[in-house]
Amino acid sequence: MGGFPTLLYKELLRFWKVSFQTVAAPVLTALLYLVVFAYALGDRVRPFEQTSYAQFLVPGLVMMSVLQNAFANSSSSLIQSKISGNLVFMLLPPISYVEFFGAYVLASMVRGLAVGGGVLVATVWFVDLRLAAPGWVFLFALLGSAVLGALGLVAGIWADKFDQIAAFQNFVILPLTFLSGVFYSIHSLPAAWQAASHLNPFFYMIDGFRYGFFGASDFPPLASLAVVAVSFALLGAGALALLRSGYKLRQ
Amino acid sequence: MIAGASAMTYAIEARNVEKRYGALQALAGVSLEVAEGEFFGLLGPNGAGKTTLINVIAGIARASAGSVRVMGADVVADYRRARRMLGVVPQELVFDPFFSVRETLRFQSGYFGLRRNDAWIDEVMHALDLMAKADANMRTLSGGMKRRVLVAQALVHRPPVIVLDEPTAGVDVGLRQGLWRFIRRLNRDGHTIVLTTHYLEEAEELCDRIAMLKAGRIVALDSTRCLLETFSGLVLRLRLEGGALPEGLEADIVSSEDGRFVLRLRDYSALEQVLHRVREAGAAIRELELEPPDLEEVFLRVMEKH
Repeated sequence: MGGFPTLLYKELLRFWKVSFQTVAAPVLTALLYLVVFAYALGDRVRPFEQTSYAQFLVPGLVMMSVLQNAFANSSSSLIQSKISGNLVFMLLPPISYVEFFGAYVLASMVRGLAVGGGVLVATVWFVDLRLAAPGWVFLFALLGSAVLGALGLVAGIWADKFDQIAAFQNFVILPLTFLSGVFYSIHSLPAAWQAASHLNPFFYMIDGFRYGFFGASDFPPLASLAVVAVSFALLGAGALALLRSGYKLRQ
Repeated sequence: MIAGASAMTYAIEARNVEKRYGALQALAGVSLEVAEGEFFGLLGPNGAGKTTLINVIAGIARASAGSVRVMGADVVADYRRARRMLGVVPQELVFDPFFSVRETLRFQSGYFGLRRNDAWIDEVMHALDLMAKADANMRTLSGGMKRRVLVAQALVHRPPVIVLDEPTAGVDVGLRQGLWRFIRRLNRDGHTIVLTTHYLEEAEELCDRIAMLKAGRIVALDSTRCLLETFSGLVLRLRLEGGALPEGLEADIVSSEDGRFVLRLRDYSALEQVLHRVREAGAAIRELELEPPDLEEVFLRVMEKH
């Protein structure tokens, strides 16, 4: 075994040392969304039969937190190492590009799942939730966080400054997660927006994840899983190819 | 101390190494061998290609052409073995602000697959006087302390070859001397040392052999002694009564200020000629200082020549 376990441990410790900022803060943000939206819209919106808006909203918020934080972890860690120059400590040892990819993506998944778990634990006290098909919940959480971990890695490799990561986060990740059906069922949208939503890969992650809770979704879960799996395969292959070529990392 | 090496391999072997960054040719066919156990100096002005060459040796940069081996292992094809054989102290004072000194060293050791290495890490911290700061966050350390941690990081996996890229840049005299005592000890223990520095007196004192780089090419490569002998000469500092130098000596002048002249002479017969002219001109010598050649002189001459 080479440097993989240590690199993974380092990446985990990095976010854990500032867990107030990396875990607690996003959990609080998700709870604020829940309070504001569930109380503001609670009586007027009922996306599924026999499901309150708060019940509908919680899985979406959980998955949104998983995705956003998985992206934030790998992208911010890598850009920080690049800009501060300490990336050299990971380039000098005999760490393969596959090990590098594995450590960054796995650490991102752990952070995403930690935040998602935190949101879930914090909400079960006042929102009654049941897991209709827990397997789907785990599968979509794992795959979704892996997709965003890999995307964060690509963004971290590509970006030369924090500003570019922030732009990626605010102009790509945030709109795609907000418009993926976290706060609404896409069936409530006009036909054109419904069709547009199907082009958003985040929609399939949220929708499939929600299926695990209610046994109901806007799109068949198996098809959603295929979309997410293909997204991971493409992004993973892209990230691995970039790492292998040394693009922007090795001169 | 040394991780397995065969007697016949070179510590570092570079063959026609080229590196281009777009239109810029940073290395233009560099070939050199560094023998095991050598203390080797890599000198050159800023932008000569020293750090680029080190980056190619370390696998941080990829050569556009040519090859490099570390202890016989190709840095691309057999990168895992090559990197295990090499410890690099980077020029920039870089650190990870999230971790303490001990964590930093444990991580670095783990990256090389060495996860139970605390006894050696403690020994390295002891030797570099870092024990008192072992649990301090890297952010809180002074520049000199951070430099020592960089050296410690390069040593955690006990590499037989150690490359130091300007390790004493911006370091105070006390720490610099302490650092050299430690590096010399490593060299005595059998480690090969490759050093770049702008302090030429350090290179003269420490290095067995020296390569001088200019514009990506090696312009001199020899033992320190041979370089000093080949470019033998004398530096004469002279002040004469009246302040003016007799005619015919202008060609030897390196610099002059307030009636004090610095002349570069080929040898002692040239000195005799200077004194003869001074006597002929009837000038009285007020100050005279004669210095043997030093590496700085050799360096300047080599750079002028190429």
